Amino acid sequence: MAEIWTNYGWPLTWIILKIFMIIVPLMISVAYLTLFERKVIGAMHLRKGPNVVGPFGLLQPIADGLKLFFKETVIPTGSNTIVFVLAPIVTFVLALLAWSVIPVGAGLVLADINVGILFLFAISSLGVYGVLMAGWASNSRYAFLGALRSAAQMVSYEVSMGFVIVTVLMCVGSLNLSDIVEAQRTVWFVFPLLPMAIIFFVSTLAETNRHPFDLPEAEAELVAGYNVEYSSMTFALFFLGEYANMILMSAMTVILFLGGWLPPFNLSIFNLIPGPIWFAAKISLCLFVFVWVRATLPRYRYDQLMRLGWKVFLPISIGAVAVIGGVLVASNILPLNNTG
Amino acid sequence: MILEALAFYVFSGILVIASLLVISARNPVHSVLYLILAFFNAAGLFVLLGAEFLAMILVIVYVGAVAVLFMFVVMMLDIGPTELQQGFLHYLPTGGLIGIILLIELLIILGGWHFSPELAKTVGAPIPPLTKETNTHAIGAVLYTRYIYLFQSAGIILLISMVGAIVLTHRRRQDVRTQKISSQVNRHPRKTVELQNVEIDKGI
Repeated sequence: MAEIWTNYGWPLTWIILKIFMIIVPLMISVAYLTLFERKVIGAMHLRKGPNVVGPFGLLQPIADGLKLFFKETVIPTGSNTIVFVLAPIVTFVLALLAWSVIPVGAGLVLADINVGILFLFAISSLGVYGVLMAGWASNSRYAFLGALRSAAQMVSYEVSMGFVIVTVLMCVGSLNLSDIVEAQRTVWFVFPLLPMAIIFFVSTLAETNRHPFDLPEAEAELVAGYNVEYSSMTFALFFLGEYANMILMSAMTVILFLGGWLPPFNLSIFNLIPGPIWFAAKISLCLFVFVWVRATLPRYRYDQLMRLGWKVFLPISIGAVAVIGGVLVASNILPLNNTG
Repeated sequence: MILEALAFYVFSGILVIASLLVISARNPVHSVLYLILAFFNAAGLFVLLGAEFLAMILVIVYVGAVAVLFMFVVMMLDIGPTELQQGFLHYLPTGGLIGIILLIELLIILGGWHFSPELAKTVGAPIPPLTKETNTHAIGAVLYTRYIYLFQSAGIILLISMVGAIVLTHRRRQDVRTQKISSQVNRHPRKTVELQNVEIDKGI
């Protein structure tokens, strides 16, 4: 009996504890990201933003959550019930799943797998299913149109994202996320690979269906896109999933280009601050840009969106793979496999 | 060991059931969803084998791209269960015959399958053991050296089929007015905006 506990019981309990240590802060961040977004946009519009519930409106996310929780879940009669209920769950679970491989500090990661970046890329490319399933199962024209737009958009921007990741991988020589961060100890990749970083960030905006690429939920033409038929907690799951995805994409940007948990300069005063705090600060910076873009830019037209993805980003990123690979080989600084 | 065996049976069981449901589900969209489930479990089996790179590529390529397009098309076509069953009996003899022939061929091949005793000596080990190297490195080391010509020809075949598909389906319509972004950006402000002093109550 004791053997079963030490072999299976304790590791399982420990893993579940670690999962909670990731999910609970994540959920709190998602809740306060909504408040952050409303406050920042409010400031940019010269408004106050939510300021009634609690001091400085700090209890607003909890009030919003409670409101959604106590509402009735309406499932349309014409809908495909199982897929309809499954869609928000898929969105939400995928947004959480990816966090299992994100290193928040040196060695602070749930699963330090060898193909971490591919895992992240796979999970982020699956996000489209929640949207597609929701749009189809709702049996509503607006939701369906939103889902189709979203599917086309996410598939298009994934391609250039993949090539940008390849350029970073060529500079690292490993698919492990911790290795990718450690490779940036001398210089963050955002400096040598600035164009790639910009393309990656814009692609993450499109991948998370955020402004200026939020055509899937263009409220003026499609009411609210794929989630128009959803109410109460099913809607809340979409909402949480979308915001968790924003944080996830920011984390990916930080790991690939902004040096993860590493401090900006190798100074002792910066090294005093623990890695997870640097990581969180950099993610917050990315999230601020997400919100800033939303407050500033108008929405793209659909054909312009497709043009940007296929005719601008894709050629540039493919060309960059060739150029950066060529430069690395020519100057003989290609990171070779020295693990074996 | 027990956990691995358990994981293997769970993945394989779900994989087999999902594959059966792909062909037996009445709703085509459900079929695609079961197909995705099957892909996931196949990826799980790859992970159990220690081939995590293949597992991730399977998910990225098949689930992330191919199945999305399947789903896209199936959703757009809006085929009901009734249309799918029409002509079932009509196609049954041909389809069944092809199926039986393939089954017999498979049985003949697999029935006479045996490894010659000298084989173990002739096989070089192109891939170092997984404990020494990650399988991403191992695949890269053989794919881009020993199998480079096969790799390149696969790439060329894909490129040709892509170009062919575009040539066959693309048609240039004359009656649409497309946006030429370069000419818009290059336009000089002086040619488009004109400042005029307008007399009051006169207009231009």
